[in-house]
Amino acid sequence: MEFLIEQWPRFLEGAWLTIQLTLGGIVLAFVLAMFFGILGTVNHWLPRAAATVYVEVFRGIAALVVMYWLIYALPVATGFQLEDLFAAILALGLNVGAYGAEVVRSSINAVPKAQVEATVSLNMSWPQRMRLVVLPQAWAQMLPTFGNLVVELMKATAVVYLVSLHDLSWVADDLRRLSGETIPVFLVAFALYYLIAQALIFGVRLLERRANHKLGRTPPSGGGLIGLLRPPAVGAKVGVAK
Amino acid sequence: MPPSDTPENTTAPGVEGGSAEDKLIVFDQVVKRFGDLTVLDHLDFSVAPGERVTLIGPSGSGKTTILRLLMTLEKITEGHIWIDGEPFSHMPRGSGLVPASESYLRQKRKRIGMVFQQFNLFPNMTVRKNIMEAPVHVLGLSRDEASERAQELLDLVGLGDKIDAHPTQLSGGQQQRVAIARALAMRPEILLLDEVTSALDPELVAGVLDVLREVAETTDITMLCVTHEMGFARDVSHRVLMFDKGQIAEEGHPDQIFGDPREERTKSFLKSVLENGH
Repeated sequence: MEFLIEQWPRFLEGAWLTIQLTLGGIVLAFVLAMFFGILGTVNHWLPRAAATVYVEVFRGIAALVVMYWLIYALPVATGFQLEDLFAAILALGLNVGAYGAEVVRSSINAVPKAQVEATVSLNMSWPQRMRLVVLPQAWAQMLPTFGNLVVELMKATAVVYLVSLHDLSWVADDLRRLSGETIPVFLVAFALYYLIAQALIFGVRLLERRANHKLGRTPPSGGGLIGLLRPPAVGAKVGVAK
Repeated sequence: MPPSDTPENTTAPGVEGGSAEDKLIVFDQVVKRFGDLTVLDHLDFSVAPGERVTLIGPSGSGKTTILRLLMTLEKITEGHIWIDGEPFSHMPRGSGLVPASESYLRQKRKRIGMVFQQFNLFPNMTVRKNIMEAPVHVLGLSRDEASERAQELLDLVGLGDKIDAHPTQLSGGQQQRVAIARALAMRPEILLLDEVTSALDPELVAGVLDVLREVAETTDITMLCVTHEMGFARDVSHRVLMFDKGQIAEEGHPDQIFGDPREERTKSFLKSVLENGH
């Protein structure tokens, strides 16, 4: 126990790097997912082809291999060396963004055609249609799967251990090697990963609740904060008059 | 290029003996096919400015397709549609006409509004936003101006107190009245009404029809209405067109069509509608 208290700052440093990788990866993956997901719904073959190429390439290659390429192969090929942390975020973002783009594309396509027809009847342009009607409705559809993806991304950050970034996994293994305190060290790592995952899930559920409320599906504050620990009920309507 | 895309001139034809100038909408030999199914078969008809026309006929006779072609929700297969003497389904290029581009359609369809059978309100917006977003973003109205107009229109449809409600908090009839207000907020010259009471419980139909009667009486909007509400059609229409198999089977004044139909197809259709309680 004394050992764990002594080494607590090292755990926090490792967890902080894991959080940085996770948040950086989420931001990049989100931008890529939205961009290529929307591109995948455009009524022209060229943007759709670009989206397909991105999705198929980065969905089919392990994030670790992309990371090796960016950290080890890129400097050999171009003489340009990326910072390790940035390269890791790039690899994670590119990988998870490819999955996210499919979520965005399918969520946009799931918005009822009648909604799009209503925007045509109001003479909205394509950008107006997307911004005002389609994306806000698709957003609620995307969030549950985005929740899974951010947790997957957080867990995937553990591969940076293999390019010698000192994340939570690296710190835990290093302390195990130094002290031989295998079970306590990995129990702490387990607990910290779990807490980070719960914080991410909590954040996504908060967004999910807001998005569903905007679509009139759930009461504005039903369930309290504890309610965020379970998924919101989809399709529950409030106050429907006759 | 198909022959229909290269007419010899680019001016609207006169239909039914009238000149093109006194017609707001002209369908000229319009064909619409979905795969092998021909829904509209070389259809010719026209509508004068301010005229209120009801389209009746059995399911699949092409009534709704006419409205969807006018709202540019479907593309024409052959023929041309003209609005106010100008090509609508096509646009001039060189000495002929080619199918209209999206930017051309955006210019032309701003004169047209539509109310749908299933209301199609935006669930991510309040009633106020449903009505004011398009006027703000498409017509360029200020938010204050658009909000004031939304309130006026909601008062007109009897829902002035529901402006901050969410569509899911409204009944079907109330949602449809909001949809009418939303269409009117764009100040259309032509209003298309596609079976606007068909999805409503019987007790909610009257409220929606009363609003439309009010719109018909107090504005000079040209209306094309697909409905099975024969009493409403009789009250508000100047002309009724009976469709069958993608063509006009009979047309005339509502009193003649409902009181003394000449075509056997019209008689049997009206009989079946009356038997179903409309």
